[in-house]
Amino acid sequence: MLLINCPWCGERPEPEFVHGGQAHVARPTDPSATDAQQWAEFLYLRDNTRGVYAERWRHSHGCGRFFNALRDTTTDHFIATYKAGEPRPAPEAAR
Amino acid sequence: MADGSLQPILARTPVRIEASRLLRTLRPLRRWTLRGGPAVADAIQAAFGVAAPRTACRSAVNEDGSRAALWLGPDEWLLLAEDDGAQPGDPEAALRQVLAALPHSLVDVSHRQVALEVSGSDSALLLNSGGCPLDLDPEAFPVGMCTRTVLAKAEIILWRTQPGTFHVEVWRSFAAYVSAWLAEATRGLTE
Repeated sequence: MLLINCPWCGERPEPEFVHGGQAHVARPTDPSATDAQQWAEFLYLRDNTRGVYAERWRHSHGCGRFFNALRDTTTDHFIATYKAGEPRPAPEAAR
Repeated sequence: MADGSLQPILARTPVRIEASRLLRTLRPLRRWTLRGGPAVADAIQAAFGVAAPRTACRSAVNEDGSRAALWLGPDEWLLLAEDDGAQPGDPEAALRQVLAALPHSLVDVSHRQVALEVSGSDSALLLNSGGCPLDLDPEAFPVGMCTRTVLAKAEIILWRTQPGTFHVEVWRSFAAYVSAWLAEATRGLTE
């Protein structure tokens, strides 16, 4: 079974987790100054990376926390996981 | 206080968990979900008899075993207490008193869950074959470890109280499903 390393609980089986989409999508700081195109891109446009991808996961059947993970989309290999709010680690350093 | 009896639920399911030597229901417990910061975890010691553990997936039990605090998340604990009929030492009133000055959430969830106990030398094997994907080897899941996890398609809280004994907290509406699933799994174990 695929094991995912929750930053709080340690290595846990994948059925306990829920995928939460792309990580590090920043909300515009001044929404009223944002035009419709920028707002639509923030809401709906996501990268479709082939390779290392930063995404959010939630340990929903565990501690309930959201965290971020670097995953290689071609191999499904989790390179690193890190707590929400922490900077994205360099893929080479995390290996 | 809380009537955790499974009888009304099990009356509607063909599998009776009393039929198994590995499974039994536990007496009704009083339960609270406590959420808050580290100060909250320490503050309940005075009112509850145990401090909420700050280590991930670990539990704390008082001396006579009547009260326990289980780590569920970095700011979330499950408090369990024997149902003493709300004596003067009612832990809820005392808890509210010591927590009054701290930002927190304390919710009585006594009626939300029922407790099952899985015990015996095959208990870990039974839980694994019954649909729990965790590594239950004593090194990976030692006595005192507790966590929310899944069992088949239901969410449970699993707590190892003794080397061969697991305390399983399950939501009432899932109790018939979980107990039936485990009872079914026992049929694959040799006596």
